[in-house]
Amino acid sequence: MNMPDLQPLMPEIVFLGLALFVLLAELFIKSKETIGLMVIVSVAATAYMIPQSFGVTFSGMFISDGYSSFFKFIFLLNLILTILISIQYIQIERAEFGEYYTVLMFSTLGMMIMASAGDLIVLYLGLELMALSTYILAGFIRHDARSTESALKYFLLGAFSSAILLYGIMLLYGLTGTTDIMKLSSLLMKNGMRLQSIFAIVMVMVAFGFKIALVPFHMWAPDVYEGAPTSITAFMSVGPKAAGFAVIGRVFLTGLEGFSADWRLLLVVLSIATMAVGNIIAIQQHNLKRMLAYSSIAHAGYAVLGVIAGNTEGLSATMNYLLIYAFMNIGAFSVLVLLRNEQERIETLEQIKGLARNHPFASALMLIFMFSLTGIPPTAGFVGKFFLFRALVYSGYTWLAVVAVVFSAISAYFYLRVVMYMYMYEPEEGVTQDISTAAPLGLALLITSLMVIAIGIYPEPFVNFARLVVG
Amino acid sequence: MVPLNWYMWLGAVVFSVGMFGFLTRRNVIIMFLSIELMLNGVNISLVALSHYMQDLRGQVLTLFIIAVAAAEAAIGLAIVIAMFRNRQTVHVDEIKEMKG
Repeated sequence: MNMPDLQPLMPEIVFLGLALFVLLAELFIKSKETIGLMVIVSVAATAYMIPQSFGVTFSGMFISDGYSSFFKFIFLLNLILTILISIQYIQIERAEFGEYYTVLMFSTLGMMIMASAGDLIVLYLGLELMALSTYILAGFIRHDARSTESALKYFLLGAFSSAILLYGIMLLYGLTGTTDIMKLSSLLMKNGMRLQSIFAIVMVMVAFGFKIALVPFHMWAPDVYEGAPTSITAFMSVGPKAAGFAVIGRVFLTGLEGFSADWRLLLVVLSIATMAVGNIIAIQQHNLKRMLAYSSIAHAGYAVLGVIAGNTEGLSATMNYLLIYAFMNIGAFSVLVLLRNEQERIETLEQIKGLARNHPFASALMLIFMFSLTGIPPTAGFVGKFFLFRALVYSGYTWLAVVAVVFSAISAYFYLRVVMYMYMYEPEEGVTQDISTAAPLGLALLITSLMVIAIGIYPEPFVNFARLVVG
Repeated sequence: MVPLNWYMWLGAVVFSVGMFGFLTRRNVIIMFLSIELMLNGVNISLVALSHYMQDLRGQVLTLFIIAVAAAEAAIGLAIVIAMFRNRQTVHVDEIKEMKG
Protein backbone atom coordinates (compact mmCIF):
# COMPACT_ATOMS: atom_id res chain seq x y z
CA MET A 1 0.00 0.00 0.00
CA ASN A 2 1.45 3.35 -0.95
CA MET A 3 1.17 6.40 1.25
CA PRO A 4 -0.99 9.23 -0.09
CA ASP A 5 0.87 12.44 -0.76
CA LEU A 6 0.48 14.52 2.40
CA GLN A 7 2.20 17.64 1.09
CA PRO A 8 -1.02 19.48 0.09
CA LEU A 9 -2.42 18.73 3.54
CA MET A 10 0.59 19.97 5.50
CA PRO A 11 -0.79 23.39 6.52
CA GLU A 12 -3.90 21.75 8.00
CA ILE A 13 -1.91 19.02 9.75
CA VAL A 14 0.50 21.54 11.28
CA PHE A 15 -2.37 23.82 12.27
CA LEU A 16 -4.24 20.93 13.92
CA GLY A 17 -1.12 19.88 15.83
CA LEU A 18 -0.54 23.41 17.05
CA ALA A 19 -4.21 23.78 18.03
CA LEU A 20 -3.95 20.67 20.19
CA PHE A 21 -0.68 21.98 21.62
CA VAL A 22 -2.37 25.26 22.56
CA LEU A 23 -5.15 23.26 24.24
CA LEU A 24 -2.59 21.43 26.38
CA ALA A 25 -0.43 24.48 27.04
CA GLU A 26 -3.46 26.34 28.31
CA LEU A 27 -3.55 23.94 31.29
CA PHE A 28 -0.16 25.17 32.48
CA ILE A 29 0.08 28.74 31.21
CA LYS A 30 -2.29 31.07 32.98
CA SER A 31 -1.41 34.25 31.08
CA LYS A 32 -3.94 34.65 28.27
CA GLU A 33 -1.62 37.04 26.44
CA THR A 34 0.91 34.22 26.08
CA ILE A 35 -1.76 31.87 24.74
CA GLY A 36 -2.87 34.52 22.27
CA LEU A 37 0.72 34.98 21.16
CA MET A 38 1.08 31.22 20.67
CA VAL A 39 -1.98 31.18 18.45
CA ILE A 40 -0.57 34.02 16.36
CA VAL A 41 2.76 32.20 15.99
CA SER A 42 0.85 29.06 14.93
CA VAL A 43 -1.03 31.06 12.34
CA ALA A 44 2.24 32.47 11.01
CA ALA A 45 3.73 28.98 10.74
CA THR A 46 0.65 27.73 8.89
CA ALA A 47 0.54 30.72 6.55
CA TYR A 48 4.20 30.09 5.74
CA MET A 49 3.42 26.52 4.68
CA ILE A 50 0.46 27.32 2.45
CA PRO A 51 2.37 28.48 -0.67
CA GLN A 52 4.47 25.29 -0.64
CA SER A 53 1.49 23.00 -0.39
CA PHE A 54 0.01 23.20 -3.89
CA GLY A 55 -1.28 19.91 -5.22
CA VAL A 56 -4.14 17.44 -5.25
CA THR A 57 -4.21 14.45 -2.97
CA PHE A 58 -6.43 11.56 -1.79
CA SER A 59 -7.58 10.99 -5.39
CA GLY A 60 -8.97 14.47 -5.82
CA MET A 61 -10.68 14.72 -2.43
CA PHE A 62 -8.39 17.46 -1.21
CA ILE A 63 -7.27 20.28 -3.47
CA SER A 64 -4.74 22.91 -2.50
CA ASP A 65 -4.48 25.59 -5.20
CA GLY A 66 -4.34 29.35 -5.53
CA TYR A 67 -8.08 29.63 -5.01
CA SER A 68 -8.10 27.73 -1.72
CA SER A 69 -4.92 29.50 -0.55
CA PHE A 70 -6.45 32.94 -1.01
CA PHE A 71 -9.39 31.92 1.17
CA LYS A 72 -7.08 30.33 3.74
CA PHE A 73 -5.27 33.65 4.05
CA ILE A 74 -8.61 35.36 4.70
CA PHE A 75 -9.42 32.80 7.42
CA LEU A 76 -6.04 33.12 9.10
CA LEU A 77 -6.23 36.90 8.97
CA ASN A 78 -9.70 36.70 10.49
CA LEU A 79 -8.31 34.49 13.27
CA ILE A 80 -5.41 36.85 14.06
CA LEU A 81 -7.64 39.92 14.19
CA THR A 82 -10.19 38.09 16.36
CA ILE A 83 -7.49 36.99 18.80
CA LEU A 84 -6.19 40.55 19.03
CA ILE A 85 -9.58 42.02 19.86
CA SER A 86 -10.52 39.16 22.21
CA ILE A 87 -7.72 39.13 24.76
CA GLN A 88 -9.06 41.86 27.01
CA TYR A 89 -12.68 41.64 25.94
CA ILE A 90 -13.27 38.11 27.22
CA GLN A 91 -11.78 39.11 30.56
CA ILE A 92 -14.29 41.93 30.85
CA GLU A 93 -17.10 39.56 29.92
CA ARG A 94 -15.77 37.05 32.53
CA ALA A 95 -15.62 34.27 29.96
CA GLU A 96 -11.91 33.81 30.24
CA PHE A 97 -11.48 30.13 29.45
CA GLY A 98 -8.40 28.97 27.58
CA GLU A 99 -10.50 26.74 25.32
CA TYR A 100 -11.69 29.92 23.65
CA TYR A 101 -8.49 30.09 21.61
CA THR A 102 -8.42 26.40 20.72
CA VAL A 103 -12.04 26.40 19.60
CA LEU A 104 -11.33 29.46 17.45
CA MET A 105 -8.46 27.53 15.88
CA PHE A 106 -10.63 24.46 15.24
CA SER A 107 -13.26 26.60 13.62
CA THR A 108 -10.60 28.12 11.35
CA LEU A 109 -9.30 24.63 10.55
CA GLY A 110 -12.82 23.65 9.46
CA MET A 111 -12.94 26.64 7.13
CA MET A 112 -9.55 25.73 5.66
CA ILE A 113 -10.77 22.20 4.95
CA MET A 114 -13.91 23.60 3.32
CA ALA A 115 -11.89 25.84 1.02
CA SER A 116 -9.80 22.86 -0.09
CA ALA A 117 -12.61 20.33 -0.39
CA GLY A 118 -12.66 18.51 -3.72
CA ASP A 119 -15.26 16.05 -2.56
CA LEU A 120 -18.67 16.48 -0.98
CA ILE A 121 -17.73 14.26 1.98
CA VAL A 122 -14.70 16.42 2.83
CA LEU A 123 -16.84 19.51 2.34
CA TYR A 124 -19.40 18.23 4.84
CA LEU A 125 -16.76 17.36 7.44
CA GLY A 126 -15.06 20.75 7.13
CA LEU A 127 -18.40 22.51 7.36
CA GLU A 128 -19.39 20.65 10.51
CA LEU A 129 -16.02 21.26 12.18
CA MET A 130 -16.43 24.96 11.49
CA ALA A 131 -20.09 25.09 12.49
CA LEU A 132 -19.86 23.04 15.70
CA SER A 133 -16.96 25.17 16.94
CA THR A 134 -18.83 28.35 16.12
CA TYR A 135 -21.93 27.21 18.06
CA ILE A 136 -19.74 26.83 21.15
CA LEU A 137 -18.15 30.24 20.64
CA ALA A 138 -21.53 31.96 20.24
CA GLY A 139 -22.56 30.68 23.66
CA PHE A 140 -19.23 31.31 25.29
CA ILE A 141 -20.50 33.75 27.93
CA ARG A 142 -22.28 30.95 29.76
CA HIS A 143 -23.81 33.10 32.48
CA ASP A 144 -25.38 35.52 30.00
CA ALA A 145 -28.88 34.58 28.81
CA ARG A 146 -28.44 36.48 25.54
CA SER A 147 -25.27 34.63 24.63
CA THR A 148 -26.73 31.18 25.28
CA GLU A 149 -29.91 32.15 23.47
CA SER A 150 -27.88 33.13 20.44
CA ALA A 151 -25.95 29.85 20.59
CA LEU A 152 -29.20 27.89 20.78
CA LYS A 153 -30.71 29.66 17.78
CA TYR A 154 -27.53 29.30 15.77
CA PHE A 155 -27.28 25.64 16.69
CA LEU A 156 -30.87 24.72 15.79
CA LEU A 157 -30.86 26.49 12.43
CA GLY A 158 -27.30 25.41 11.63
CA ALA A 159 -28.08 21.75 12.30
CA PHE A 160 -31.29 22.07 10.29
CA SER A 161 -29.41 23.49 7.32
CA SER A 162 -26.76 20.76 7.53
CA ALA A 163 -29.52 18.16 7.32
CA ILE A 164 -30.85 19.87 4.18
CA LEU A 165 -27.33 19.99 2.73
CA LEU A 166 -26.95 16.27 3.38
CA TYR A 167 -30.20 15.49 1.60
CA GLY A 168 -28.92 17.46 -1.39
CA ILE A 169 -25.58 15.64 -1.28
CA MET A 170 -27.43 12.32 -1.06
CA LEU A 171 -29.47 13.19 -4.16
CA LEU A 172 -26.36 14.26 -6.08
CA TYR A 173 -24.68 11.01 -5.07
CA GLY A 174 -27.71 9.00 -6.15
CA LEU A 175 -27.85 10.77 -9.51
CA THR A 176 -24.17 10.51 -10.33
CA GLY A 177 -22.72 7.68 -8.26
CA THR A 178 -19.88 9.93 -7.15
CA THR A 179 -19.21 12.61 -4.56
CA ASP A 180 -16.30 14.11 -6.49
CA ILE A 181 -17.15 17.76 -7.10
CA MET A 182 -15.14 17.92 -10.33
CA LYS A 183 -17.07 15.06 -11.94
CA LEU A 184 -20.56 16.12 -10.88
CA SER A 185 -21.40 18.34 -13.84
CA SER A 186 -20.62 15.93 -16.67
CA LEU A 187 -22.23 12.98 -14.92
CA LEU A 188 -25.38 14.95 -14.15
CA MET A 189 -25.66 16.05 -17.78
CA LYS A 190 -25.12 12.50 -19.03
CA ASN A 191 -27.71 11.17 -16.61
CA GLY A 192 -30.40 13.42 -18.06
CA MET A 193 -32.68 13.50 -14.98
CA ARG A 194 -33.01 17.25 -15.14
CA LEU A 195 -35.81 17.80 -12.67
CA GLN A 196 -34.19 15.68 -9.97
CA SER A 197 -30.84 17.38 -10.57
CA ILE A 198 -32.39 20.80 -10.13
CA PHE A 199 -34.11 19.65 -6.94
CA ALA A 200 -30.74 18.52 -5.58
CA ILE A 201 -29.12 21.82 -6.58
CA VAL A 202 -31.87 23.79 -4.84
CA MET A 203 -31.36 21.78 -1.63
CA VAL A 204 -27.61 22.47 -1.68
CA MET A 205 -28.23 26.15 -2.45
CA VAL A 206 -30.68 26.48 0.46
CA ALA A 207 -28.12 24.98 2.83
CA PHE A 208 -25.36 27.34 1.70
CA GLY A 209 -27.87 30.17 1.80
CA PHE A 210 -28.29 29.47 5.52
CA LYS A 211 -24.53 29.49 6.06
CA ILE A 212 -23.89 32.81 4.34
CA ALA A 213 -27.25 34.27 5.52
CA LEU A 214 -28.96 34.97 2.21
CA VAL A 215 -32.58 36.12 2.45
CA PRO A 216 -34.94 34.24 3.05
CA PHE A 217 -32.58 32.03 5.06
CA HIS A 218 -31.20 34.86 7.17
CA MET A 219 -33.58 34.96 10.14
CA TRP A 220 -31.01 33.47 12.54
CA ALA A 221 -28.33 36.06 11.77
CA PRO A 222 -29.55 39.20 13.62
CA ASP A 223 -30.31 37.40 16.88
CA VAL A 224 -27.12 35.36 16.79
CA TYR A 225 -24.93 38.36 15.97
CA GLU A 226 -26.54 40.47 18.66
CA GLY A 227 -26.33 37.91 21.45
CA ALA A 228 -22.90 36.41 20.79
CA PRO A 229 -19.78 37.98 22.35
CA THR A 230 -18.80 40.93 20.13
CA SER A 231 -15.40 39.44 19.28
CA ILE A 232 -17.13 36.26 18.12
CA THR A 233 -19.66 38.23 16.13
CA ALA A 234 -16.74 39.80 14.28
CA PHE A 235 -15.23 36.34 13.76
CA MET A 236 -18.35 34.68 12.46
CA SER A 237 -19.55 37.52 10.30
CA VAL A 238 -16.37 37.11 8.24
CA GLY A 239 -14.98 33.58 8.53
CA PRO A 240 -17.94 31.23 8.01
CA LYS A 241 -19.27 33.61 5.39
CA ALA A 242 -16.04 33.55 3.40
CA ALA A 243 -15.89 29.76 3.81
CA GLY A 244 -19.42 29.52 2.44
CA PHE A 245 -18.36 31.55 -0.58
CA ALA A 246 -15.27 29.40 -1.09
CA VAL A 247 -17.52 26.36 -1.29
CA ILE A 248 -20.12 28.06 -3.48
CA GLY A 249 -17.39 29.07 -5.92
CA ARG A 250 -16.05 25.54 -6.07
CA VAL A 251 -19.35 23.61 -6.12
CA PHE A 252 -21.42 25.84 -8.38
CA LEU A 253 -18.83 27.26 -10.76
CA THR A 254 -16.95 23.98 -11.31
CA GLY A 255 -19.11 21.16 -9.98
CA LEU A 256 -22.47 22.27 -11.32
CA GLU A 257 -21.29 24.30 -14.29
CA GLY A 258 -23.68 22.50 -16.64
CA PHE A 259 -26.65 23.93 -14.75
CA SER A 260 -25.34 27.48 -14.56
CA ALA A 261 -28.43 28.99 -16.22
CA ASP A 262 -30.65 27.49 -13.52
CA TRP A 263 -28.66 28.30 -10.40
CA ARG A 264 -27.75 31.71 -11.73
CA LEU A 265 -31.43 32.62 -11.97
CA LEU A 266 -31.93 31.41 -8.40
CA LEU A 267 -28.92 33.41 -7.18
CA VAL A 268 -30.12 36.58 -8.90
CA VAL A 269 -33.43 36.35 -7.03
CA LEU A 270 -31.72 35.55 -3.73
CA SER A 271 -29.17 38.34 -4.06
CA ILE A 272 -31.79 41.01 -4.84
CA ALA A 273 -33.89 39.83 -1.88
CA THR A 274 -30.79 39.81 0.33
CA MET A 275 -29.69 43.32 -0.59
CA ALA A 276 -33.25 44.64 -0.20
CA VAL A 277 -34.03 43.06 3.17
CA GLY A 278 -30.54 43.60 4.61
CA ASN A 279 -30.35 47.27 3.74
CA ILE A 280 -33.95 48.23 4.42
CA ILE A 281 -34.36 46.49 7.79
CA ALA A 282 -30.99 47.83 8.95
CA ILE A 283 -32.55 51.31 8.81
CA GLN A 284 -34.84 50.49 11.75
CA GLN A 285 -32.11 49.12 14.01
CA HIS A 286 -30.93 51.08 17.02
CA ASN A 287 -28.62 48.40 18.34
CA LEU A 288 -25.29 48.70 16.53
CA LYS A 289 -24.53 44.98 16.61
CA ARG A 290 -27.94 44.26 15.13
CA MET A 291 -27.45 46.97 12.53
CA LEU A 292 -24.10 45.44 11.58
CA ALA A 293 -25.79 42.02 11.41
CA TYR A 294 -28.24 43.30 8.79
CA SER A 295 -25.38 45.08 7.07
CA SER A 296 -23.48 41.80 6.93
CA ILE A 297 -26.55 40.15 5.36
CA ALA A 298 -26.61 42.90 2.74
CA HIS A 299 -22.89 42.48 2.06
CA ALA A 300 -23.42 38.76 1.40
CA GLY A 301 -25.91 39.89 -1.22
CA TYR A 302 -23.25 42.07 -2.89
CA ALA A 303 -20.60 39.35 -2.75
CA VAL A 304 -22.94 36.88 -4.47
CA LEU A 305 -23.00 39.23 -7.49
CA GLY A 306 -19.49 38.12 -8.44
CA VAL A 307 -20.58 34.48 -8.45
CA ILE A 308 -23.52 35.43 -10.66
CA ALA A 309 -21.12 37.09 -13.11
CA GLY A 310 -19.58 33.65 -13.12
CA ASN A 311 -16.26 34.30 -14.88
CA THR A 312 -12.72 34.73 -13.58
CA GLU A 313 -13.26 38.45 -13.24
CA GLY A 314 -16.42 37.99 -11.17
CA LEU A 315 -15.01 35.32 -8.89
CA SER A 316 -11.84 37.30 -8.21
CA ALA A 317 -13.99 40.37 -7.48
CA THR A 318 -15.95 38.34 -4.92
CA MET A 319 -12.75 37.09 -3.28
CA ASN A 320 -11.32 40.56 -3.20
CA TYR A 321 -14.55 41.87 -1.74
CA LEU A 322 -14.46 39.25 1.02
CA LEU A 323 -10.90 40.25 1.91
CA ILE A 324 -11.86 43.92 2.09
CA TYR A 325 -15.01 43.04 3.99
CA ALA A 326 -12.88 41.18 6.54
CA PHE A 327 -10.89 44.33 7.27
CA MET A 328 -13.76 46.79 7.43
CA ASN A 329 -16.21 44.60 9.28
CA ILE A 330 -13.77 43.39 11.93
CA GLY A 331 -12.65 47.00 12.22
CA ALA A 332 -16.20 48.17 12.93
CA PHE A 333 -16.69 45.43 15.53
CA SER A 334 -13.32 46.29 17.08
CA VAL A 335 -14.59 49.78 17.78
CA LEU A 336 -17.58 48.22 19.55
CA VAL A 337 -15.19 46.03 21.56
CA LEU A 338 -13.21 49.16 22.35
CA LEU A 339 -16.33 50.75 23.80
CA ARG A 340 -17.12 47.80 26.09
CA ASN A 341 -16.11 48.79 29.61
CA GLU A 342 -16.49 47.22 33.03
CA GLN A 343 -19.76 49.01 33.73
CA GLU A 344 -21.80 48.64 30.59
CA ARG A 345 -22.11 47.46 27.05
CA ILE A 346 -22.17 50.39 24.66
CA GLU A 347 -24.23 49.00 21.83
CA THR A 348 -27.02 51.35 20.94
CA LEU A 349 -27.09 54.56 18.92
CA GLU A 350 -28.24 56.54 21.99
CA GLN A 351 -25.20 55.41 23.94
CA ILE A 352 -22.70 56.61 21.33
CA LYS A 353 -24.21 60.10 21.15
CA GLY A 354 -21.43 62.65 21.25
CA LEU A 355 -18.69 60.08 21.26
CA ALA A 356 -16.52 62.42 19.20
CA ARG A 357 -16.37 64.87 22.16
CA ASN A 358 -15.01 62.28 24.54
CA HIS A 359 -13.01 60.08 22.18
CA PRO A 360 -12.20 61.79 18.89
CA PHE A 361 -9.81 59.07 17.82
CA ALA A 362 -12.20 56.15 18.32
CA SER A 363 -14.90 58.11 16.50
CA ALA A 364 -12.58 58.84 13.59
CA LEU A 365 -11.85 55.11 13.24
CA MET A 366 -15.56 54.29 13.30
CA LEU A 367 -16.04 56.98 10.66
CA ILE A 368 -13.50 55.31 8.37
CA PHE A 369 -15.15 51.89 8.74
CA MET A 370 -18.65 53.27 8.20
CA PHE A 371 -17.51 55.11 5.05
CA SER A 372 -15.88 51.94 3.84
CA LEU A 373 -18.97 49.82 4.50
CA THR A 374 -21.04 52.35 2.57
CA GLY A 375 -18.53 52.28 -0.27
CA ILE A 376 -17.31 55.86 -0.32
CA PRO A 377 -13.88 56.51 -1.91
CA PRO A 378 -11.01 56.53 -1.03
CA THR A 379 -11.79 53.59 1.25
CA ALA A 380 -11.47 49.91 0.44
CA GLY A 381 -15.24 49.35 0.41
CA PHE A 382 -15.47 51.48 -2.72
CA VAL A 383 -12.80 49.45 -4.50
CA GLY A 384 -14.51 46.17 -3.60
CA LYS A 385 -17.89 47.29 -4.87
CA PHE A 386 -16.39 48.91 -7.96
CA PHE A 387 -14.77 45.69 -9.17
CA LEU A 388 -17.87 43.63 -8.34
CA PHE A 389 -20.17 45.89 -10.30
CA ARG A 390 -17.69 46.13 -13.16
CA ALA A 391 -17.53 42.35 -13.47
CA LEU A 392 -21.31 42.27 -13.38
CA VAL A 393 -21.67 44.86 -16.15
CA TYR A 394 -19.12 43.09 -18.35
CA SER A 395 -21.02 39.82 -18.13
CA GLY A 396 -24.24 41.46 -19.23
CA TYR A 397 -26.06 42.07 -15.94
CA THR A 398 -26.09 45.87 -16.13
CA TRP A 399 -29.61 46.09 -14.66
CA LEU A 400 -28.53 44.03 -11.64
CA ALA A 401 -25.56 46.33 -11.08
CA VAL A 402 -27.96 49.29 -11.12
CA VAL A 403 -30.17 47.58 -8.52
CA ALA A 404 -27.12 46.92 -6.35
CA VAL A 405 -26.00 50.56 -6.57
CA VAL A 406 -29.46 51.73 -5.54
CA PHE A 407 -29.40 49.51 -2.45
CA SER A 408 -25.87 50.66 -1.74
CA ALA A 409 -27.14 54.23 -1.73
CA ILE A 410 -29.90 53.26 0.71
CA SER A 411 -27.26 51.77 3.00
CA ALA A 412 -25.60 55.19 3.30
CA TYR A 413 -28.54 56.26 5.48
CA PHE A 414 -27.90 53.88 8.36
CA TYR A 415 -24.11 53.88 8.14
CA LEU A 416 -23.85 57.64 8.12
CA ARG A 417 -26.45 57.88 10.90
CA VAL A 418 -23.85 56.31 13.18
CA VAL A 419 -21.45 59.07 12.20
CA MET A 420 -24.14 61.67 12.80
CA TYR A 421 -24.87 60.36 16.31
CA MET A 422 -21.16 60.42 17.15
CA TYR A 423 -20.40 63.90 15.83
CA MET A 424 -23.58 65.96 15.98
CA TYR A 425 -25.10 65.22 19.38
CA GLU A 426 -24.21 66.03 22.94
CA PRO A 427 -23.31 63.02 25.10
CA GLU A 428 -26.22 61.53 27.08
CA GLU A 429 -26.31 61.97 30.83
CA GLY A 430 -25.23 58.96 32.84
CA VAL A 431 -23.52 57.03 30.04
CA THR A 432 -19.91 56.23 30.86
CA GLN A 433 -18.05 56.21 27.59
CA ASP A 434 -14.86 54.73 28.95
CA ILE A 435 -12.81 52.96 26.36
CA SER A 436 -10.52 50.00 26.65
CA THR A 437 -6.80 50.63 26.54
CA ALA A 438 -5.61 47.14 25.57
CA ALA A 439 -2.56 47.21 23.30
CA PRO A 440 -3.59 44.18 21.15
CA LEU A 441 -6.95 45.80 20.44
CA GLY A 442 -5.14 48.97 19.36
CA LEU A 443 -2.97 46.89 17.06
CA ALA A 444 -6.05 45.28 15.48
CA LEU A 445 -7.60 48.70 14.92
CA LEU A 446 -4.36 49.98 13.44
CA ILE A 447 -4.10 47.05 11.01
CA THR A 448 -7.72 47.20 9.89
CA SER A 449 -7.89 50.97 9.46
CA LEU A 450 -4.55 51.13 7.63
CA MET A 451 -5.57 48.31 5.30
CA VAL A 452 -8.98 49.86 4.61
CA ILE A 453 -7.27 53.07 3.52
CA ALA A 454 -4.32 51.38 1.79
CA ILE A 455 -6.52 49.14 -0.35
CA GLY A 456 -8.74 52.13 -1.08
CA ILE A 457 -5.85 54.23 -2.35
CA TYR A 458 -3.73 51.58 -4.03
CA PRO A 459 -5.87 48.53 -4.88
CA GLU A 460 -3.82 47.08 -7.77
CA PRO A 461 -1.74 44.48 -5.89
CA PHE A 462 -4.78 43.00 -4.14
CA VAL A 463 -6.95 42.94 -7.25
CA ASN A 464 -4.18 41.43 -9.36
CA PHE A 465 -3.41 38.86 -6.68
CA ALA A 466 -7.03 37.71 -6.61
CA ARG A 467 -7.09 37.54 -10.42
CA LEU A 468 -3.85 35.60 -10.46
CA VAL A 469 -5.00 32.90 -8.07
CA VAL A 470 -8.30 32.35 -9.87
CA GLY A 471 -6.90 32.43 -13.39
CA MET B 1 -35.35 -8.10 -3.53
CA VAL B 2 -36.81 -4.83 -2.28
CA PRO B 3 -36.64 -2.20 -5.05
CA LEU B 4 -34.51 0.91 -4.54
CA ASN B 5 -37.56 3.14 -4.88
CA TRP B 6 -39.03 1.87 -1.64
CA TYR B 7 -35.93 2.81 0.31
CA MET B 8 -35.80 6.21 -1.32
CA TRP B 9 -39.43 6.84 -0.39
CA LEU B 10 -38.81 5.65 3.16
CA GLY B 11 -35.82 7.99 3.42
CA ALA B 12 -37.82 10.88 1.99
CA VAL B 13 -40.73 10.23 4.38
CA VAL B 14 -38.47 10.03 7.44
CA PHE B 15 -36.72 13.23 6.33
CA SER B 16 -40.04 15.02 5.81
CA VAL B 17 -41.42 13.89 9.17
CA GLY B 18 -38.27 15.31 10.78
CA MET B 19 -38.58 18.57 8.87
CA PHE B 20 -42.27 18.87 9.79
CA GLY B 21 -41.43 18.20 13.43
CA PHE B 22 -38.69 20.84 13.42
CA LEU B 23 -40.99 23.46 11.96
CA THR B 24 -44.04 22.77 14.15
CA ARG B 25 -42.77 21.68 17.57
CA ARG B 26 -41.70 24.31 20.07
CA ASN B 27 -39.76 22.25 22.60
CA VAL B 28 -36.03 22.50 21.95
CA ILE B 29 -35.40 18.83 22.74
CA ILE B 30 -38.12 17.68 20.33
CA MET B 31 -36.79 20.04 17.63
CA PHE B 32 -33.40 18.53 18.15
CA LEU B 33 -34.83 15.00 17.88
CA SER B 34 -36.49 16.04 14.62
CA ILE B 35 -33.12 17.07 13.21
CA GLU B 36 -31.75 13.63 14.10
CA LEU B 37 -34.72 12.14 12.27
CA MET B 38 -33.86 14.18 9.17
CA LEU B 39 -30.28 12.93 9.32
CA ASN B 40 -31.47 9.35 9.62
CA GLY B 41 -33.70 9.79 6.60
CA VAL B 42 -30.57 10.79 4.68
CA ASN B 43 -28.70 7.81 6.13
CA ILE B 44 -31.34 5.30 4.98
CA SER B 45 -31.25 6.69 1.44
CA LEU B 46 -27.46 6.82 1.34
CA VAL B 47 -27.02 3.21 2.47
CA ALA B 48 -29.66 2.01 0.01
CA LEU B 49 -28.06 3.92 -2.88
CA SER B 50 -24.65 2.70 -1.88
CA HIS B 51 -25.85 -0.90 -1.86
CA TYR B 52 -27.61 -0.69 -5.20
CA MET B 53 -24.72 1.03 -6.94
CA GLN B 54 -22.15 -1.27 -5.34
CA ASP B 55 -20.14 1.77 -4.31
CA LEU B 56 -18.81 2.34 -0.82
CA ARG B 57 -18.78 6.14 -0.73
CA GLY B 58 -22.38 6.34 0.46
CA GLN B 59 -21.70 4.12 3.43
CA VAL B 60 -18.53 6.03 4.28
CA LEU B 61 -20.54 9.25 4.30
CA THR B 62 -23.18 7.57 6.50
CA LEU B 63 -20.55 6.62 9.07
CA PHE B 64 -19.28 10.19 9.08
CA ILE B 65 -22.82 11.54 9.48
CA ILE B 66 -23.40 9.28 12.50
CA ALA B 67 -20.13 10.39 14.09
CA VAL B 68 -20.81 14.09 13.47
CA ALA B 69 -24.39 13.71 14.75
CA ALA B 70 -22.98 12.37 18.02
CA ALA B 71 -20.71 15.42 18.37
CA GLU B 72 -23.63 17.64 17.44
CA ALA B 73 -25.79 16.01 20.13
CA ALA B 74 -23.12 16.64 22.76
CA ILE B 75 -22.79 20.30 21.86
CA GLY B 76 -26.51 20.82 21.36
CA LEU B 77 -27.46 19.36 24.72
CA ALA B 78 -24.70 21.35 26.42
CA ILE B 79 -26.14 24.54 24.93
CA VAL B 80 -29.65 23.52 26.04
CA ILE B 81 -28.39 22.96 29.61
CA ALA B 82 -26.62 26.34 29.64
CA MET B 83 -29.84 27.91 28.38
CA PHE B 84 -31.94 26.13 31.02
CA ARG B 85 -29.64 27.32 33.81
CA ASN B 86 -30.15 30.91 32.70
CA ARG B 87 -33.83 30.82 31.87
CA GLN B 88 -35.48 27.68 33.36
CA THR B 89 -37.23 26.87 30.09
CA VAL B 90 -36.71 24.76 26.97
CA HIS B 91 -39.66 26.24 25.10
CA VAL B 92 -38.51 28.32 22.11
CA ASP B 93 -41.46 30.70 22.24
CA GLU B 94 -40.28 31.87 25.66
CA ILE B 95 -36.71 32.33 24.45
CA LYS B 96 -37.15 35.71 22.85
CA GLU B 97 -34.96 38.25 24.53
CA MET B 98 -33.78 39.60 21.18
CA LYS B 99 -36.23 40.68 18.51
CA GLY B 100 -36.49 43.35 15.87
